[in-house]
Amino acid sequence: MNPAGYPEQVRRAWAIAKKDIRIYYFKGPVLIFGVFMPVFLFLAFFMGSRQLPLSFLISGLIGMTLFFTATAVSPAIFPWEGSAKTLERLASCPITVEAIVMGDMIASILFGIGITVITVIIGLALGLSLLHGSTLLSAIILAACCFSAIGMLLAVPPTNVPSNIMMLSSLIKFPLIFISGIFIPLEQMPAWGLVLSICSPLTYFTDLVRYAFTDVHYFPVMIDIAALAVFAVVFTAGTMCLHKMTMPQRM
Amino acid sequence: MTSVIQALNLTKVFGSSTAVDHVSFDVQKGEIFGFLGPNGAGKTTTTRMLTGVIPPDAGTATILGHDIRSEPVLAKQGFGVVPETSNAYTDLTAWQNLMLMGELYGLEHARAERRSNDLLGMVGLLERKDQKVQAYSKGMKQRLILSMALIHEPELLFLDEPTSGLDVQSTQMILSLLRDLNEQGTTIFLTTHNMEEANRLCHRVGIIRSGMLVAIDAPEKLKTAIDRVHRIEVSFDREVSGDLLAGIAGVSGVNRTGDKWQIIAENQDTAIRSLVAFGKQNGAVIVSLNTLVPSLDEAFLRLTQEEKP
Repeated sequence: MNPAGYPEQVRRAWAIAKKDIRIYYFKGPVLIFGVFMPVFLFLAFFMGSRQLPLSFLISGLIGMTLFFTATAVSPAIFPWEGSAKTLERLASCPITVEAIVMGDMIASILFGIGITVITVIIGLALGLSLLHGSTLLSAIILAACCFSAIGMLLAVPPTNVPSNIMMLSSLIKFPLIFISGIFIPLEQMPAWGLVLSICSPLTYFTDLVRYAFTDVHYFPVMIDIAALAVFAVVFTAGTMCLHKMTMPQRM
Repeated sequence: MTSVIQALNLTKVFGSSTAVDHVSFDVQKGEIFGFLGPNGAGKTTTTRMLTGVIPPDAGTATILGHDIRSEPVLAKQGFGVVPETSNAYTDLTAWQNLMLMGELYGLEHARAERRSNDLLGMVGLLERKDQKVQAYSKGMKQRLILSMALIHEPELLFLDEPTSGLDVQSTQMILSLLRDLNEQGTTIFLTTHNMEEANRLCHRVGIIRSGMLVAIDAPEKLKTAIDRVHRIEVSFDREVSGDLLAGIAGVSGVNRTGDKWQIIAENQDTAIRSLVAFGKQNGAVIVSLNTLVPSLDEAFLRLTQEEKP
């Protein structure tokens, strides 16, 4: 066994993920937040914009659900563990910072996918038909990786006060919802809005979900998938690199 | 002997303050090395650099043959850490904490289970293994932390104030465990404020003051080294002349204290040999003979006191 080798570090990252799921995700409030937050946002817009078809809004709901759940807890894990000194325990264990980040991301990906599947089932129960199942599955997996990396990026500032990070997280997450074609179709956006939406990975995911349910899309499907993949890789590499730099400042 | 820890010019600067200033020392295999110093002297910072928790600003540390900066995972694989603050996951049970450690150290599941059972039995927590750690007392948490540090049977164990604030029972249990581990070959790096603990447990101690290592030696040698002159207390079964005592080889001064004589000598060994010869020559039987050495507390205070201009 080479403790520093990739297979062993991935195995240890999985141990971190299991720990995160046990401690942070299998909690009533987290599960409730993960389901209720997007549902209430959806209901608010459903009632306020009756001219939009249900299929459009459900696609947005799925986009929001994955985005909110995959970024719900991960930004706060490092600050929580920093203040509880458990991060120091991990730092003295034979596991790299990259593997710790990967473990946190795996937990967030699984949580995001799990809750999103429930939303998809709700959509199907409401009468939507799934036209491109494999595209939806690929999109959910890719987007879950991308959004969990965003969640970890939000945790980069080396503070051990979770509320600071959660505030920063809300400041970034909510505006993204409004520029990503969830409530306003991309076709109806002003030029400046469209430019902003191109910068948001949530745009490509929502576009793919819409395609999966309605066969309608704004960007070519391959562009959506490629954009999500590039965002996922860049954000993952960025978060690992930045956490490696800021980790000692948390101790 | 093999060096298990080699620290060379370790330095850490926080803002304008140098917390650790070019500290160098070696710890040999099988040793219990005590790292002493007043609050804020740089003990914990040094330990954190040695365990790879924070990087040094200058200098190197080689742990079990691996540079802690360039091969951190390989270095960390060989040691266990008991930090000053209990840092088990309080939302997990003792068993889950140990199994997590087992996975982080790459243990096979069966071995991790076996070790967890043995360790929890050893520290008296087996019956409460399925209870969440948040319900544990401080002593129980500390015993669990020690078990977590030992899950992979490390060659080297770092402990930062392991008995601080614990009751006598937990303290004795931990110290006894440390002795047993050392007898089985584990090298121990112990940071402590407790001089008595260091005196009884450590083969060598290093004393750090204001980030600089001011002394490093065996506790007994350190105690004697701080005084240039040595004091020997001797009593005979009959009256002997103070003048005669003052004239014997190796004795530089004599004071009477009750029925005993306090001998001041520059060379302790020469003075004791001369006293034994003096007794024989004068037909006086030595009733008691004690070497009066400062306590480790006194040595520590003397060595850590800031020099006044």
